[in-house]
Amino acid sequence: MNDFEPAIVAFFCNWCTYTAADLAGTSRLAYPPNVKIIRVMCSGMVDPKYVIKAFLGGADGVLVSGCNPGDCHYINGNYKARRRIKLLKEILPQFGFEPRRLRLTWIAASDGVLLAETVQELVVQLKELGPSEAKLKMVI
Amino acid sequence: MAKTAQIDVKDNDLLGALRDLFRAVLAQDAIQAILVPRRLPMKNGVMPTLITDPEQLDGADPLAPAFPINGAKVVSRLTRKASGGKVAAVMRPCEIRAFIELVKLNQGRTEDLVIIGVDCLGAYRNTDYTRWVGDDMDEATRKFVTGVLGGGGGAADGVDLAPACQVCEQPVPRGADIAVGLFGMDTDKRVLLEALTPAGEALSEGLRYKKADPPLPRRKEIDRLVAERTAARDTMFAETHEATDSLEKLTGYLANCVNCYNCRVACPVCYCRECVFVTDVFDHEPVQYLRWADQKGLIKMPTDTVFYHITRLAHMSTACVGCGQCSNACPNDIPVMELFRSIAHRTQLGFEYEAGRSLEEKPPLSEFREEEYPEVVGI
Repeated sequence: MNDFEPAIVAFFCNWCTYTAADLAGTSRLAYPPNVKIIRVMCSGMVDPKYVIKAFLGGADGVLVSGCNPGDCHYINGNYKARRRIKLLKEILPQFGFEPRRLRLTWIAASDGVLLAETVQELVVQLKELGPSEAKLKMVI
Repeated sequence: MAKTAQIDVKDNDLLGALRDLFRAVLAQDAIQAILVPRRLPMKNGVMPTLITDPEQLDGADPLAPAFPINGAKVVSRLTRKASGGKVAAVMRPCEIRAFIELVKLNQGRTEDLVIIGVDCLGAYRNTDYTRWVGDDMDEATRKFVTGVLGGGGGAADGVDLAPACQVCEQPVPRGADIAVGLFGMDTDKRVLLEALTPAGEALSEGLRYKKADPPLPRRKEIDRLVAERTAARDTMFAETHEATDSLEKLTGYLANCVNCYNCRVACPVCYCRECVFVTDVFDHEPVQYLRWADQKGLIKMPTDTVFYHITRLAHMSTACVGCGQCSNACPNDIPVMELFRSIAHRTQLGFEYEAGRSLEEKPPLSEFREEEYPEVVGI
């Protein structure tokens, strides 16, 4: 079990979290390579079906990250994202998905350190949870 | 306090009294047409019909246990733009709730509409109804009504109410303008007419029925029925949860699904003109299927079945009114209603929202506040 490496699909907003990931890179901060980053223009454009698809496709975790409240480049996209994550956290756990596999964070453009820490922490938690059911079982 | 009146029933003819009511409504200057479930002349079926000729109301049968479609969809068609006239629509409680959701999603308007709600006695599955009803439709409806109101439940000749109706805890029309009360009434002699809105009051004034208070047994009978149905509903929730509480169980639950999407077509609140699942987003390249198959050694075709159902839950579970048309439309008898109602119950609780409860409450995904749901944020 110890060699289990979780696959994380991450949706990062262009203006804050993606920029933070860039900063982490240029600052040579190390964080685990388990995360597959998808740059989106805003956390508010992360359609619930992107998250569902990622999980059904075998992702062990999904991380959605955008600007801090009040900082959204599009004024309120992150608030919409929060409602959508809330919705998914009502639906998915009823089918046995551990709620901790789906995370929403706010990481500002200047917060490369927080980004690296967040990914590190998520990897630790997902290693504890083990592989997702969708990865192991046939999904129709 | 709602204004109430009583409608006298002559010669034990409840359907006749309701048809007289509809004729009286249609005779009002303000009302141009009435939408009501009516028997079709060419077959022993009942469908929503838009009637302008009072004589055609002879075949109106809002009490038949037939529920071929959720009428909210057709009322939405009738009201999405001003028609220049006012329509009265006879609707079941779940149709009214679905219509309220559609109005909030800008798919219909209440301006030129008067909703006549009727206490809902439930309905059979589509296929059960046509098999059961026979040629004497008056007699069939009378037998059904007597059975339900006599306390014997909806079962007749070995046919039982559709699963959605068996667990429906909202059989009394709340969002109507005027409501016809049957529960707890001596329906051989009289039924109740309640005006629930100013528009309903204006209409019922013109109908000139005798003012009367609801009889005492009515409240008690409704409470009894709601308690019984709520208990049945909670049992259904528990059983459905047990049957779907892991991805493996969910895939088993949906294993007979052939991606026909009938459940989405039949759903009154799935209002997208073009569902994303029939767009080119899901026209996968042939090579993509081969790649997916290669990952696990096999894939079920057509693909995206669980993906479709969970996505539909994300789209409409906050608006699900539990009418059960999804199950009615399923060619493979998947208990879709049970799954969707169970999940919808949770999502609606999560947002402190109840589909169809009021026109004022905004759908949960159409609004947000600056500070809310801190528990979903963070690592």
